[in-house]
Amino acid sequence: MTHKPYPVDRPFWTPGTYVMLVFMIAAALTLVVRYTFGLAAVTNLNNHYPWGIWIGLDVASGVALAAGGFTTAFLAHILGRHYYEAVTRPALLTAALGYTFVAIAVFVDIGRSWAIWKPIVYQNHNSALFEVAMCVMTYVTVLWIEFIPVLAERLGKKIRLLAFLNRILDKTMWVFIILGVVLSCMHQSSLGTLLVIAPTKVSPLWHTPLMPLLFLTSAFAVGYPMVVVETTIATSSLKLDSEMNVLGPLSRITILLLGIYMAIKVGDLIARGAYVTLLDGSAQSNSFLVEVVLGVIVPWVMLLFPAVRRSRKLLFSAAFMIVAGVMLNRFNVFVVSFKAPYASHPYYPAIGEVLVTAGAVATIFFLYRVFVTFFPVLSAQKQEVSQ
Amino acid sequence: MSIPRRKFLGALGAAGMAVAMPGKAQAWESKAPPDPFGCLVDLTRCVGCRKCEQACNEVNKLPEPETKFDDLTILDAKRRPDDKVYTVINRYYPGRMDDRNKLAPTFVKVQCMHCQDPACVSACITGALSKRPDGAVHYDVSKCIGCRYCMAACPFEIPAYEYHDPITPQVRKCTFCFDRLEKGQKPGCVSICPVEAITFGKRDKVLELAKGRISRDPARYVDHVYGEKEVGGTSWLYISGDDFGKVGFQNLPARPMPQTSETIQHALFSYLWSPLALFGLLGAVMGYTSRKHKEEDHDA
Repeated sequence: MTHKPYPVDRPFWTPGTYVMLVFMIAAALTLVVRYTFGLAAVTNLNNHYPWGIWIGLDVASGVALAAGGFTTAFLAHILGRHYYEAVTRPALLTAALGYTFVAIAVFVDIGRSWAIWKPIVYQNHNSALFEVAMCVMTYVTVLWIEFIPVLAERLGKKIRLLAFLNRILDKTMWVFIILGVVLSCMHQSSLGTLLVIAPTKVSPLWHTPLMPLLFLTSAFAVGYPMVVVETTIATSSLKLDSEMNVLGPLSRITILLLGIYMAIKVGDLIARGAYVTLLDGSAQSNSFLVEVVLGVIVPWVMLLFPAVRRSRKLLFSAAFMIVAGVMLNRFNVFVVSFKAPYASHPYYPAIGEVLVTAGAVATIFFLYRVFVTFFPVLSAQKQEVSQ
Repeated sequence: MSIPRRKFLGALGAAGMAVAMPGKAQAWESKAPPDPFGCLVDLTRCVGCRKCEQACNEVNKLPEPETKFDDLTILDAKRRPDDKVYTVINRYYPGRMDDRNKLAPTFVKVQCMHCQDPACVSACITGALSKRPDGAVHYDVSKCIGCRYCMAACPFEIPAYEYHDPITPQVRKCTFCFDRLEKGQKPGCVSICPVEAITFGKRDKVLELAKGRISRDPARYVDHVYGEKEVGGTSWLYISGDDFGKVGFQNLPARPMPQTSETIQHALFSYLWSPLALFGLLGAVMGYTSRKHKEEDHDA
C-alpha cells in the first residue's frame, strides 16, 4: 500500500455539498440576528441555564472528536509506527477544522466576542476555563503549523512563504508534534474540570472529582474510532479504498483504551454509590444508561470479536457508537446533568442554537471536502486502480 | 517526516523529567478575607415592604421596575434577581399559624451572598470577579468576556446576564454597595429597612449577634445561621423561624465550592510541571524510536 497522499479527483459540486451550503447560509443568517439583537434573540439561554449546546456540543464534543489528531500523531510520529501515517493527515485535517470551529463557537457564545483576547492579558490561574482557553488557542495554531507541509506540497511553488516555512518546519516539526499531544492532554482533561466547581448543580451520576481523568481517558478512547468513522465516510462517499488494513489494527488499540475508560467510569460510579438512581426512569438516568451501555459497553464488546474488526460495516457501527457515546457524554455533562435549583422549566436548545450548530458541522464537512479535493490529504487508493 | 537532532531530543527528555519532578501538591487554602463586612437578615422581622428593593434600585441607578415598589401583590411570584433587579423579596407560607389561626407569611430577601470563597471568582477566566478585603464580590466589566462561567459555577444562581445586548452585555448582581462601604456608609437596602430586619457590621460581630438572638429566644428561631458554614461561609447571613428548606434555601455543603477544582488545577499545573514532564517523556520516546528506525534502516 502506498502512503502517498494526493488530492482526490472527484467533482466538487454534488448534491451533498449543496445541502451543506444551505445549512451554512441558515447559520450565517442566525448569526446576523445574534449580533443584532443579542443572545436572547436566538438562544434559550437564561440566568438559570447560562450554557447550552454551543458549549455542550460545539465546544465540548468538538474538542473530544478532534482527539483523532493527537492520538494518531502520537502513534505514527512519536511511537514511530509509520504504518499508520495513511490516516494521520485526514485526522490532522479533522482536528484542525474541529478546533478552529471550537474557537468560532466560543467566539459566538461569549457575550463580548471582541474581548476574546483578554484572557491572554488578564489571567486567572484558578480557572479551569483559563487553562482550556490557553491550550485551545495555542493548539489551533500548532495544528495549522502541522498542516503547513500539506499546503506547501500543493502550493509551495506558487506561494514562496509556504515553501520557506515548510523548509524551517522540516527541522522543527517534532516540537510541534509533541506540543500538540501535550496541549491535547492538558485541555482534554481541563474540559472535564470545568463543572467540578458546581457539585450541587451537576447530577451525581456525572459529578466526580475524577471528571478530568474521565474526559482525558475518553478522549484517548475516541481518537481512533473517530478516525475509523471519518475515514469510512470519506472513502465511501468518495469511492476510495476503505483502508481496512489500517483501521482494523487501530480498533484493537481501542479495546484497551476504551476498556480503561470503562473501568474508571464504572468503578467510580460504584465507589461513589451514585448508581442507586440509575433505574429511576428519570431523563438523566436514562441518558446516562444510553451513554454507558450503547456508547461504551456494547461497542467495547463488539470490538472484542475479530469478525467485527474485519468487517467494514460492523467496525464502522462499533466506532460510530463510541463516537456518539463520547458526544453524548459531553452533552450529558454540560446540558443534561446540569440542574439549576431555581429554574422553573428545563433548558431546551432553541432553533437558532440548532441552526448554528448544524451550520458549523456543515461548514466542517464542506471545508473537509475542499481540502481533500485540492490538497494531498487522503492516501487511499482509488477503487478503480485497486480493482 | 524527518526527525533530526535525535541526541538533543534524548537529552531534552531526560532534562525535562529532572526539572519537572512533581512538587508536593500543596493543600488548598481558603482565600477568604480575614475581616470582612457582613449582613444579618432576620427573617422573623421582615415585613415584606419592598423598601430594600426600592433603595437598591435608586442607589444602583437601576431601570424603573415593571411593577411599582408599593405593589405587594407580586411577593408570591418567587422572583429571582436579574440584570435589572439586584435584590428581591419573596413571600412563603411555610405552614406556621399566626395568633388568629391564619397561615403566617415569611418574607425572604434574595441577593448575592458574597461568599467567602466564591465559586464565581474562582471560575472567572479573566479575574473580572474578585473578592475584596471588605467582603464584596466585585465585578470589573473591563475584564469580562461574557463567558458566563460565573453563572454556571454560582451555587446560589445569582449572577444575571444582559442577554438582549448583542455586543457589550454585562454580568449584573448585588455589589454589596462597595462604593458606599468605602465612604463608611451601609449598603442601600440596610440603611432603609424600617424594621431593622438587616444588620450590617463586621461579619464576626454580626455572626455573634445572630447566635445571641437564637440562644436568647430559642422558641422564635431554628438553631441555624444560614451562611455561617454553607459553601465555606458567606458574607450575608440569615436567621429564621422556619426550616430554611421551606423558605427557598438550599441545603448546601460546608465545603467551599472552589476547593476541589482548584486542588485539581494546581496539582496538575503548578509550575507547569505535568506538561513539561510529558513533553520531556514524549521527546525521549520520539528520540528513541526515530533512532531505532534509523538503525533498522541501516541494518537492512
